[in-house]
This record gives sequence, C-alpha cells and structure tokens, in this order.
Amino acid sequence: MGAPGSSMTGTEAHGGGKPSSEPTVLGLLWILPSAVLAILFATLLPTIAAGEVIRVGFAWVPSLGINFSLLIDGLSLTFALLISGIGVLIVLYSNTYLAGHPQLGRFQLFLLLFMLSMLGLVLADNLITLFVFWELTTVTSYLLIGFDHASAKARRSALQALLLTGAGGLALLAGLIMLGLAAGTFELSEILANGDAIRAHANYLPILILVLAGAFTKSAQFPFHFWLPNAMAAPTPVSAYLHSATMVKAGIYLLARMHPALGGTEVWVWTLTIFGAVTAVLASIMALRQTDLKLALAYTTVMALGTLTMFLGGTATVAIAAAMTFLIVHSFYKAALFLVVGIIDHGTGTREADQLRGLARAMPITAIAAAVAALSMAGFPPFLGFIAKELKYEGALAVASEPAFVATAAVLANAMMVAVAGIVALRPFFGQPLPTPKAPHEARFAMWIGPALLAALGLLFGLVPSLIAGTLVQPAVSAVTGQQESVYLALWHGINLPLMLSLLTFALGIGLYIVHRQVRARLARVEAALPISADEAWDRLLDGLKWLAAIQTRVLQSGVLRNYLFIVFSTLAVMVGATLLIAGGVRIPQAFPSLLVKDWAVVALIAAGGILTVFAKSRLAAVCALGVVGIGVALVFVMFGAPDVAITQLLVETLVVVLVAVVMLRLPFLEPDRKTVRRRFDAVLAVVVGVVTTLTLIAVVQGPIDRTIPDFFEAASVPDAYGRNIVNVVLVDFRALDTFGEIAVVAIAALGAYALIRGVRKRRES
Amino acid sequence: MKSLILRTATRPLAALMLLFSIYMLWRGHNEPGGGFIGGLIAAIGYALYAISHGAAAARRVLRVDPRVIAMVGLALAIFAGLVPAFSGEPLFTGKWLFLGDYEGGSGLPLSTVLLFDIGVYLVVLGSVLALVLALEEET
Repeated sequence: MGAPGSSMTGTEAHGGGKPSSEPTVLGLLWILPSAVLAILFATLLPTIAAGEVIRVGFAWVPSLGINFSLLIDGLSLTFALLISGIGVLIVLYSNTYLAGHPQLGRFQLFLLLFMLSMLGLVLADNLITLFVFWELTTVTSYLLIGFDHASAKARRSALQALLLTGAGGLALLAGLIMLGLAAGTFELSEILANGDAIRAHANYLPILILVLAGAFTKSAQFPFHFWLPNAMAAPTPVSAYLHSATMVKAGIYLLARMHPALGGTEVWVWTLTIFGAVTAVLASIMALRQTDLKLALAYTTVMALGTLTMFLGGTATVAIAAAMTFLIVHSFYKAALFLVVGIIDHGTGTREADQLRGLARAMPITAIAAAVAALSMAGFPPFLGFIAKELKYEGALAVASEPAFVATAAVLANAMMVAVAGIVALRPFFGQPLPTPKAPHEARFAMWIGPALLAALGLLFGLVPSLIAGTLVQPAVSAVTGQQESVYLALWHGINLPLMLSLLTFALGIGLYIVHRQVRARLARVEAALPISADEAWDRLLDGLKWLAAIQTRVLQSGVLRNYLFIVFSTLAVMVGATLLIAGGVRIPQAFPSLLVKDWAVVALIAAGGILTVFAKSRLAAVCALGVVGIGVALVFVMFGAPDVAITQLLVETLVVVLVAVVMLRLPFLEPDRKTVRRRFDAVLAVVVGVVTTLTLIAVVQGPIDRTIPDFFEAASVPDAYGRNIVNVVLVDFRALDTFGEIAVVAIAALGAYALIRGVRKRRES
Repeated sequence: MKSLILRTATRPLAALMLLFSIYMLWRGHNEPGGGFIGGLIAAIGYALYAISHGAAAARRVLRVDPRVIAMVGLALAIFAGLVPAFSGEPLFTGKWLFLGDYEGGSGLPLSTVLLFDIGVYLVVLGSVLALVLALEEET
C-alpha cells in the first residue's frame, strides 16, 4: 500500500507550452461532437424515463452472433449523458489549459476517440461489441495518460495502466465468451432477461470470476488500485475526465449492467461487498495521507469506486438507488474538483496542500465553485451529495448480508471524505495567503465555467432532486435490478438512523480535519514502516517476468541448430508417443500387406537413401542421399494418386539439394568434431521418432476415414469452383484464406532469412 | 561454376523451365499444377542460371529484386481476396468472368482465383530466389 506517487510533487510539465499562450477559437470546434451527442442523448430522456428501451444496430459478423447493436436504457443513458456532457466541459477547458501546446490537436483527438470508445462501451448491446469498445478505452486511455511522452514517469504510468487493465480485459473476454455460450446468445438484452438460467449454469462461478477480474482492474479495486493514482501523470483535464465520469467507471458500469444476469447470488454479494468496503476504507485513509491535491483526489476516486462496488453488491432497491445517485453526484463533484486543482496548478504553479492558502482573494469564482463541489463531496445539505449519502446509509442498513459491516465501512469512508474535501477544496482558499511559485490569478472563463457549472448542478439537483429522480436515477435503477422500480429522492427523510449516521459522519470528519496534519504525519510513518507498497510489488512482478523470459530464452533459444532439432524431435516423439499410449495403443496388424515389385523397389530406394545419408562421409553426399529419400517419398505419392503432392515434393527436394549444396560448398569438407557418444544419442532419438511415426501411421490407417470433407470437395469442385483439380481448387478457392496465410509466412520467412544472411555478410565485412 | 557445357545448356533450359512454369500455373485448376508448383519450377530455372552464370548475372536477367517480386505476389493475392468484398460477399470468394461464352462453357475463364494463384506463384518465386541469390553471393 502507500503512496506510489508521493514523489510526484509540484506542478505538471506543460510540454513546452507557454501558459500565457492564447487559446484558439478554431480549437473550440472539438466541442462539436460531444455537444451534438450530449444534446442527442438529452432528447432521448423523456422516452427512457417513460420506461422504454431503445435497441438499434446492424449485423457485424452474423455467423458468430456478433452484432453492432446498441441498447439505450436508463443505465446506459445515464452514463452516456455524463460522458458526453462532461466531455463538452473537458474539451472546452483543455483548449485553454493546454493553449499553445504544440500537440493540442493530438490531445483533443485522443480525448474524442476516448469519449467515443466510452460511449460505445456503455451503449453496446452485444458482448463482443462491448468488449471491443472496452479495449478501445484501454488503448485510448494509454495514449492520454502517456500524453506527456517525454516524461519517463508518464510512460511508466501509462504502461502500467495498459498492462493491468489489459490483463483484466483478457479475463473479461474469456468471461464474456463463456457467458455468451452459457446464455446461447451474445445479445445483452436477451442475456439480461435470462438471469436465472445463467445463475444456475454450471459455469456461473468461472464466468463471474473472469468478469469481476475485468471490472475490478478497470475500476481500480484493491489490490489493483495502484494504477489509478499513478495515472495522475496525465494532464489534469484527462484526470478529471478519466477519473470522474468515465474510464474507471467502466468497471462499475459493467457490474451494474451484469447485475440482472450475474448479480444477487451469495458469491456476488460477498465478493462485491468485501472488495468494495476494503477498497473504500483503505483508499480514504491513503487520501488523507497525501499532500498533493491531485493525488488526494485520485485516492478519493478509488474510495468512490469501492463504495459503488460495495453497493452494487447489494440486492435491495435502495442500495442500488444509493449507488446510482452517488455515481451521478460523484461525477459532478469529482470532475469539478479535478478541474479546480488544474486551475490552482495552472495559476500558482504548485499543488502542494501546505503551500496553498488564501487563494479566494485572487480567484473568487474558482473558490466558490470549489467550495460548492466540496460541500457536495462532504455530503452536507442541501447538496446532492447529502441525498446520496443518506441513501447510502439507508442502503447499507438494508443490505441483507452484513448491514453493520457495510454501514461501518460507509461511515468511516465518508467521514474521511469530509476531511479530504476540507483539505483539498476549502483550506487552499481561506486563511492567510502564502507565497506561491507564480502569482495566483483567476482562471479564464473557459476554465472556470466547467467546475462552476458542475458544482451548480450538484446544488440544483440537491435542492430539486425530482429533476433527476424520475429521469435518470429511477430508469437506471430499474435497468440494474431488471424490473420497474420507483425511486424517490428527498433532502429530508425525518429523524431516523441514516440521519444519525450522517451527524456522526460530520462530527468524525470535522474532527479529522482539525487534526489532519498530525494524522498525515502518523500515516507517513506507518507507510514508511510497511515492507512493500503495491506499486513496488508491481515492479517486482514485472522484473520477475523479464527474468523468467530471459532464462527461458537462454535455455530454449541456444542458437545451436542441433539443439533446436533435438528439442523439436524429442517433443514430437514424447507428445505423439504419449498420446498413442493414452489413446489405447496401436493394434499391430497380423497380416503383412502384400506388396508388388514396384512397391518393394520404392521401399528399397528409400531405405538405401536413408542408410547412405547416415553413413555418408561428406555433407554433400549426405544431402544428395537425403534427396534420394525425398524422391522415393514422391514416388509413394504418385502410386497413391496424388500427382500434385508428388510434383511439389520432387521440386522441393531438388531445391533443397541445390540450396544446401550452395551452402555446403563453403563449409569444411569433413566433420572432425563428431563425437561417437553424441552420434549414438542421435541414433536413438532417430529410431524413436521413426517408430512413433510408423505406429501413428498404422493407427491412422486403421481408424475409419471420415469422407464428409472429400465428398464435399468432390461434389462442389466443378460446379462451384469450375476446376477439376481438387487439390488446387482447395488451395486457391475453398481454403484461399489459409493459403494466403501460408504464402505470407513464406514471404516473411524469406525476408527474415535474407536479412540474417546479409547481416552475417556485413559483420564479416566490417 | 566455370563449366562451359553447363553455361551453354542453361540458357535454353532455363527459358524452357520458365515457359513450363507458366504452363503449370495456367493448367493448375484442372490438371496437376498450380501457382506453388509453377513458382518452384521457375525458381529452379533461375537458380540454375545463378549457379552457372553467377548471382550478379541472374539478378541482371531478373531485373527486379526478388523480394519485390514476393511482395507484389502478396499484394496480388490480397487484392484477389478483396475483390468479392466490393460486392458484399465474404473475402476470398472466387469471382469468375467467362470471356466470349456463357458460364461454365468454352469461353476464356478469367477469375480472381487465377489472380490469387499468380500471387502464390510470384511469392514462391520471389522468396526462393531471394534466398538462393543471397546464399550465392555469400562467398
């Protein structure tokens, strides 16, 4: 555990851009796509709120059941609105924040691609489509986190996020395919309607584990939490976008989406509750430990993700409602606060909590936005955060499994949130101003409008919760539970247990805020005493992987041709031999097949060639003798009516002899270094391979031959492919894709060999 | 190799082999043959020339770098596979054109399948020659 990024202090590099550079009006065009999409989604609100579900799409790979189909219901629309709406503000903000940056255009493109991937992910109605977009978000977020590619730290963080979420993505792919097979369809809407059958399926547990592996890595659940704070190497607008509304919520979306299909079982409830609770509490402790405002916010995001996971583990409607409401409110305040930290960073040149005081005088609008967002985060009335918190406590108490555990975790995490909200968003603005690297100044309109608007929404929806209760929360909750629910949001619920817990939270949180510097110092000592942090463990893991790769390369890739051949042939003998034994052995035919004179002649030719090869005194003679064996085999093909194969065999043998002869002419005439021990060993291996191959052939000939495929080719060759030579028709028509793969391999292998030959020559010349 | 007999005999022999290789390529769809076999025969013809006249002379008569031949072949094969995609059919579906007569009749059959086979021919020829010539020069 600990603070992987505790070394990350001060301001982030602006990649050579001068903060004073003027934002361009043309850059505002990047807003268009997200704005149009946001308006489009907003017009769908009444339809969805009325309980309808929209499905559109077209067939993609119909033979595999893969469709590009979209499903718009309460859950996906809520996400889509958050993604596109906050996207508009982020694009607007970035245009000013990164003004003058030489790669601003690239940045906005990455951002747009990321937004589209994210929208595809939340709107997909097909498991495979969902997965494709899931991976696209991984790739685009890699580009965004590593945007400052000149910094080694940014590259490391980007790679870490990529590897970790990519590994989770692979697990998810396996899980989704198993889920699709279990359900008999890859369409989500059909799977979700069939939850009972899936939960009763024999593969339910593996499916669940694989899907959760994907969701937990993406949403930074303990013990995969460490990549998220490291991802703060990205420019602040990216952090605001990826860690408020999107990327990290992809895992949450997946959990919510799968709830009707996989949720509600005991395994689901316990896994989500425990992982979520542990993540939430640990992350909020780590958030208290940070001095960098951005890092503190990053850990509170992990805390929020833990909380969301914990509540999605619940089955009661109120728990789901708590999760959905908290999802919305968290997106608002977290995006706002990240943007505020960006403004502070931009305006003062530092993000260190202890260096920032009294900024309200210099940046009044930012201060108000920060205060409003922070109060929502801390869960004070009359903000939406308060409603979400009350719902959380109500939901925690309604959890069937372990209400005391969930409620305790929620209260602890929320109390620390109150303290962190104070540290991050209130303390820097009040008190006596401290000197900062740059003279603080108010941000431009394009930068403060985002946080101001988001903070205002948190207040507006808190005062008039009915604005979102029926339009967003209720349809989303219905989509998660899989049945029509009615959700009612209100500030005042009467004097009850949740309110008491709220008061307790405030008391604890304010207490923590007062003593937070002592707490932070103590946490720093604990952290220093820990043997290893998750981030260091990750490095060890990667080092171990590289070490293993180096070892096995040294063993397997010795560079000695004889060793390669030995490995190949002994593997062949052992694997095929073992398979033969396990499959019940081979019946040796009693009657020896009667052979004609010409058959005997071919056998004699092959045998003579083999013996000559072994006892030849020179390499050239051995190669020629081997060619004789090949010609004998070609004769066998001719006798069994395969002229094409025979011709090919003959030509290849000729070429091999020519090629090897060309090489051999340059090698020493005799082979003085051959040891008899080694020769005997080679002989044993050769005999074993020969015997195993013979036995295999006998076994193959004894089995019944399935005529389906030859019959099909015989029947279809002339009418469908206008060709009488079936071998060639198969090569160039029926299985042309295979042939294409093969000629590609031939060409690439030739290029590789060519480069090797030339490389040797160059080395010799120099 | 400095054998005068080999040098003299190679010229007509190599030319014949090239002609024969194209014949094998052309007849492949109905009789034993095809792009792979044709490509091998052509490669052996050139290899013979390279052994008797030297790699530099073989490169001169070839005019094009063998690696380019292989890549052109690969491109032809891809193109042949892509053609049916323009009419919405699966990749690598054979498309036929019977010049001068009705389908399946005695017209001149042209097809993406033949184009694909020519691609195979060129890949095999180019790849084998790239190796043979490089090895010949490796002295």
